[in-house]
Amino acid sequence: MSATGKKSIGAILLHSYGIWFLVYLMLPLLVMVGAAFNNSPKLPSPLPWQGFTLRFFPDLFAIESLWGWNGGVMHTIIVAIFVVVLAVPIGTAGAILINNLQGRSRVILYAVMIAPVLTPGVVIGIATLQFWFSFDVPAGLHLSALGQVSFIAAYVMLMVLARLQSFDPGLEEAALDLGATHGRVLRRILMPHLAPALITGAILAFFQSVENFNVTQFTRGQSQTLMVYFGSRGRSGVSPTICALAVILIAMTIVGEIIFEIWRRRAEAKRQAVV
Amino acid sequence: MQAMLRRYGYGLSGLTVLLTAFWLLMLVILPYLNLFKESFRPYLIAKDIGGSKDIFTFDNYLSILHEPTWTPHEIFGFQFFTPMTIHLQVFLATIAFSCFATFVAIVACYPMAYYMAKILPPKRLSTYLMILIIPLWVSELMRAFAWFILLTYKGPLTVILMDIGVLSDGVRWTWYLWGYSGVVVTLVYVYVLFMLFPIYNSMTSLDMNQVEAARDLGSPSWRTHWRVVLPHCKPGIASGSVMVFMLSAGSLLVPGYLDSPSSQWFTEVIYARMFDQNDWNGGAAYAFLMVFACMIFVTIAMRVFRVGLSDIAK
Repeated sequence: MSATGKKSIGAILLHSYGIWFLVYLMLPLLVMVGAAFNNSPKLPSPLPWQGFTLRFFPDLFAIESLWGWNGGVMHTIIVAIFVVVLAVPIGTAGAILINNLQGRSRVILYAVMIAPVLTPGVVIGIATLQFWFSFDVPAGLHLSALGQVSFIAAYVMLMVLARLQSFDPGLEEAALDLGATHGRVLRRILMPHLAPALITGAILAFFQSVENFNVTQFTRGQSQTLMVYFGSRGRSGVSPTICALAVILIAMTIVGEIIFEIWRRRAEAKRQAVV
Repeated sequence: MQAMLRRYGYGLSGLTVLLTAFWLLMLVILPYLNLFKESFRPYLIAKDIGGSKDIFTFDNYLSILHEPTWTPHEIFGFQFFTPMTIHLQVFLATIAFSCFATFVAIVACYPMAYYMAKILPPKRLSTYLMILIIPLWVSELMRAFAWFILLTYKGPLTVILMDIGVLSDGVRWTWYLWGYSGVVVTLVYVYVLFMLFPIYNSMTSLDMNQVEAARDLGSPSWRTHWRVVLPHCKPGIASGSVMVFMLSAGSLLVPGYLDSPSSQWFTEVIYARMFDQNDWNGGAAYAFLMVFACMIFVTIAMRVFRVGLSDIAK
């Protein structure tokens, strides 16, 4: 950018706005981190400061309905694994199918596929609950998983479809001409190309499922998940242990990002070395 | 379809169709159709189901208009009354405040998206992106809960403002805007990134030569934005608006933590009807009212921004 007077004022304003925006996003999280370490027993708050404490972390791990083989955390992980196992193949199949369609059928199918993304989770939850209840399937986390799959599969579909745009179908034709079986074409040519989208899709599906509240809340029956345990009681469930959990989630996010960044840079370096 | 059969054979193509069919029929179309059907059936005790009372009726929808109280309004000195029910009032407030939160998110995100896509050097950009997605990964519950802490009565915000002498007493932060201030402020924070990323994505494909050309031809920067940059971002704004509106109107967690004694969110009404009154048919009808509201919003967004459905969901 060249530095005429007017432009630099605009640039300075935008720079400060950018920093303000980051502060805006980070400050509430820092408030929670502060509250997690402040010895204020009832209401979680970083201010007024009443001394440093770590006790909310043992408190969090002492919540009986959260831990153990039949606890909320285990439920959350099982549901998330189910969602990944179902949503990734379904979303991939949907993307491959729609990629092979043209015209009107493609438009209609696409609209149906993304409908769950544009529907409030509350509605998905109620629809899933009542539909399966009409076959006498009771409420429970199995329905939560199905309800979550209905929209998470659409996310996977969108990611795979985007990846398919850079795929050269000629490679498949060539492999077929050289006598490869259909399964082999899928395994050796299409899947390796889709792998990055499948991996990120699976990670996204897992964490979308973990953080899901709306669908789960309406379909869960009497079962608990991590988010439901804290969220379903609203203000009456408020406790500083939520902040302790927030600190753990923030730490996990940052560690995850660092690992991803290292992996990305290595992949970049490898690609440049090959070229 | 022919190309697909040739490439993947009958077995794999069949599997693909089967998986997609399971998804769309068993998880989307049939549940929604069933919900639609149930929303027209009366809520009956078990022995009446299938009997003479089991008919299709609009009652579940019309119950939003039950027991109207005549609410006084005054415009230009003229007083008049409109029939208002508590459910209708909550429904309209939910729509209105969700629209408001969406609008605030557009205004907040547009400069940021422009800054990230066009001004920020690429090296700093990756740092920015890494910081920006932290709130996204720590979950909706935590984002909402953070604002619950911030805005509690005599909470950290009050403490700081009292320390620097701006306030002398505690403030009920969530009691403004007819009791929706806490909800709106938090909705914006919780869903703002669903607006930022779509606008940012559409901004990255903007050719800066167009902006340079406008500037060279003497266009002031506000007009360049209005005539060049903003129109280019329409798909992103449309997509972000639909997401933020839908998520806001459908939020359970945010009103759960931040509504005030005088405010309610429509999702809470639905929840109460489903599980406190056990009226699933009524819940189905109210759920469909939310779907209608979202469909109308999507239609308006597509018209206003002149984009297709495939631009909205990316």
